[in-house]
Amino acid sequence: MITAVTDGAAAAERQLRRLRHDPTAIALTVGGPVFFIVIFGYIFGSAISVPGGGNYREFLVPGLFATTGANILPAMVAMARDSGRGVVDRFRSLPIARLAVPFGQAASTAVYGAISFVLMAACGLAVGWRIHRGAGYVLAALALIVAFQFAATWIGMYAGLVLGNEEKAGQASILVFPVMMLSNVFVPTQGMPAWLRAVADWNPVSAFAASLRELFGNPAAPANGAWPLLHPVVASAGWIAVLLVIFVPLCVARYARS
Amino acid sequence: MVAIEAAGLRKSFGKVEALRGVDLAVPEGGVCALLGPNGAGKTTAIRILATLTPPDAGTARVAGHDVIAEPRRVREAIGLAGQHAAVDDDLSGWENLFIIGLMLHLGRRRARARATELLERFGLDGAGNRLVKTWSGGMRRRLDLIASLVVEPEILFLDEPTTGLDPRSRAEIWSAVRELAASGTTILLTTQYLDEADRLASQIVIIDAGRVTLQGRPGELKDRIGGRVDVVLADGAAGEPAWTAAETVLRGIAAGDLAADRDTRSLTAPVKTGAITLPELVRRLDAAGVDVEDVSVRKPTLDEVFLAGTETAA
Repeated sequence: MITAVTDGAAAAERQLRRLRHDPTAIALTVGGPVFFIVIFGYIFGSAISVPGGGNYREFLVPGLFATTGANILPAMVAMARDSGRGVVDRFRSLPIARLAVPFGQAASTAVYGAISFVLMAACGLAVGWRIHRGAGYVLAALALIVAFQFAATWIGMYAGLVLGNEEKAGQASILVFPVMMLSNVFVPTQGMPAWLRAVADWNPVSAFAASLRELFGNPAAPANGAWPLLHPVVASAGWIAVLLVIFVPLCVARYARS
Repeated sequence: MVAIEAAGLRKSFGKVEALRGVDLAVPEGGVCALLGPNGAGKTTAIRILATLTPPDAGTARVAGHDVIAEPRRVREAIGLAGQHAAVDDDLSGWENLFIIGLMLHLGRRRARARATELLERFGLDGAGNRLVKTWSGGMRRRLDLIASLVVEPEILFLDEPTTGLDPRSRAEIWSAVRELAASGTTILLTTQYLDEADRLASQIVIIDAGRVTLQGRPGELKDRIGGRVDVVLADGAAGEPAWTAAETVLRGIAAGDLAADRDTRSLTAPVKTGAITLPELVRRLDAAGVDVEDVSVRKPTLDEVFLAGTETAA
């Protein structure tokens, strides 16, 4: 058990060292949301009104934290590349716990998620986003972001193993964008057609975004009676649990046998 | 002692039968070359022995441990490099070795020292701190090889270690393989290059269409294939009586059918190794009154061994 932890730590160290050699990866992960702050915060945002009359950028920024935390792409691409190039096979031929490498990778992306949150929060503060609640709520929000990132990483690693190489992962990454758009991250959902609104309201990213708005005290989108949006923090915690229960065993089994 | 033994290994991928009952026995020490055409099942065999893929049927023991029941014990004894185990492009060479050292529980200090030591020993210390993606193909392959030596394995699997390398890089890999074999590591390598097998291997296994078709020491296999006798009749002396006389002489020693080519006046016969010496052959032809331009008695090359072992691919 203890060796599994040190093996995991070695795998996490590997990911963090890779990141240190590749500052553009951080720049892109953080740069994407900053880009959205400009496009949505100032261009589309000028035409979007938040129900209840709040500042749109205060509505948007927690949503962008959610899209970053729920982003499965970095883990997916990293695992697909390792799998396609034989790095996974090398680790699998070592006498270490099969759980250790994916666990270490998930832990390292959670660390990475916390770093990118800090950078994005700084950008958010610069464009008028504010925290309206106490330190306990902020810590809860940070914990939720790290936990959601951890869970999303398992989806990403599983997808990366299934795809098996970098090229396919690149093609599949296009599918992630609509999942992020089909939520309450950028616009309140009540103007959408009923069927689309149901999908958006039950999208885990929507509950995640709503929970961050609640914890930071930012303007919320109407829940339209959807349970996950009426209880966003509980729903987000639930989603995290469900995703971990599904994807950890899938990913570990696939890693052990692929 | 036997380092690697396998019995009746079978593996299918969908409808493709990659292995159709492979039996293998590799003695401890030395280099065993697994030869075969593309798609023969070499890589699948290595993956099963290295515990990366479970077989559909059959058993295999590596370093005395069953690959299915005790995969962890097998992994403690083996190293894997080549086609299917790679180094990380986005780390430096030193970091690659350091991380593997950590994973193998050397502890940070020993992992650090071991990474530095291995890079020096294999002449890569100059590039050690550069990202691997900036390295040449030959250097990466060498790093790949030494990444499997962070804890020196009893048994090393090398899957096509020199495919696609220039002659100089190949020679560097070969000398590393020889050095390891000399220090007591058992090496099982797959290769498509016969010269590589001939230079390195103390044992050869030829695999074709999912089965082992020939297995033994290189000399033994060549003996089993047998040699060849070529006779070229002298110009102007290749009349019917000379042909008949020469054929009679060769039939007396041949281990199979003769092949004749009247245009080049040549006559060829397969013979068992040691069936006849060159002077004896010349004497017999002379006694039969055959005037010859050229006579040769050849040992088989590994190419001929390979072709004999891989008929289905031809």
